[in-house]
Amino acid sequence: MPRFVRYLLPLVLFLAMAGLLYRGLSIDPRLVPSPLVGKSAPAFSLARLEDPAATLSNADFKGQVSLLNVWATWCVSCRAEHQVLMQLSKSTDVAIYGLNYKDERPAALRWLQQFGDPYRANAFDADGRVGIDWGVYGTPETFIIDKQGVIRHKHTGPLTWDIVQHEIMPLVKQLQAETG
Amino acid sequence: MKIGRLLIVGLLSIRVLPALAGVEMFDFTGNVNEDRYMALISQLRCLVCQNQSLADSDADLAHDLRVEVYEHMQKGENDRQVVDFLVSRYGDFVLYKPPVKPSTYLLWYGPFVLLALGVIIVVRNIRQRGRQSETTFSQEEQARIAALLNDERDGERGK
Repeated sequence: MPRFVRYLLPLVLFLAMAGLLYRGLSIDPRLVPSPLVGKSAPAFSLARLEDPAATLSNADFKGQVSLLNVWATWCVSCRAEHQVLMQLSKSTDVAIYGLNYKDERPAALRWLQQFGDPYRANAFDADGRVGIDWGVYGTPETFIIDKQGVIRHKHTGPLTWDIVQHEIMPLVKQLQAETG
Repeated sequence: MKIGRLLIVGLLSIRVLPALAGVEMFDFTGNVNEDRYMALISQLRCLVCQNQSLADSDADLAHDLRVEVYEHMQKGENDRQVVDFLVSRYGDFVLYKPPVKPSTYLLWYGPFVLLALGVIIVVRNIRQRGRQSETTFSQEEQARIAALLNDERDGERGK
């Protein structure tokens, strides 16, 4: 081994290590990839938030590209996200459904009245069991479901308009173009 | 003295109260074995406070997941089935002990590879050193060494 290689080796090792650690700085350890992406949406059937007599189930997602947004009135970042959802519902025709997660009905209804209602319908998941089935661990979360009812993407954390434009809408358009 | 004792009791109860807060009351007289349940929830990770197990965590989600685990056990599922259910929902992340599969080979076998590398390097170094001490000088070389040493001595004397 030539001598200069011997002297360069520690430097190379150091740079490789530093590179790895630097990359680690920009990874959010709270983002856990969902094993549900690519699988059929977990079956559920819940009373609607707006009308306890009616139900919302995963069968309602079939035949169209849908978003399922998990939200709650006690969730602070859902409040920030709400405006983005309002804007999204006005500017596109994608079906936005809500899963009202571990919430209280009057509070949730008041929220929709006060801040606007971007949802086609909301499922009312009072005890969070459906949430667990969907692997929900931190609201807000948004799932993109294709025409066959398969989950194609999950976004954890509040949506911003930037994320909607660069992450959500391109995929939605691509899925809408697929023959269902 | 009395105040001191009160203070100690007070301080101790501060430590105990949060520990009680996260515990549900479950009935372990049925087909759910308490030891099995405790063992299971302490090897599952809470997704909200990621450095705590389901057993330790006070998070709302941890509470819900403990109930979920209990109810699955009550249905007569074995540990494997309960764990598989949670993994199918939340991924391998819920496991403190990640499974051995191609994406975790580096994690499981990497340390042994490093250890083997270290052993190889140490053995090579020791061998090299052994070989060096065996080197002997030819007569010519010894004469040169003697001459050089003499030179040095002369030089020092000349100072």
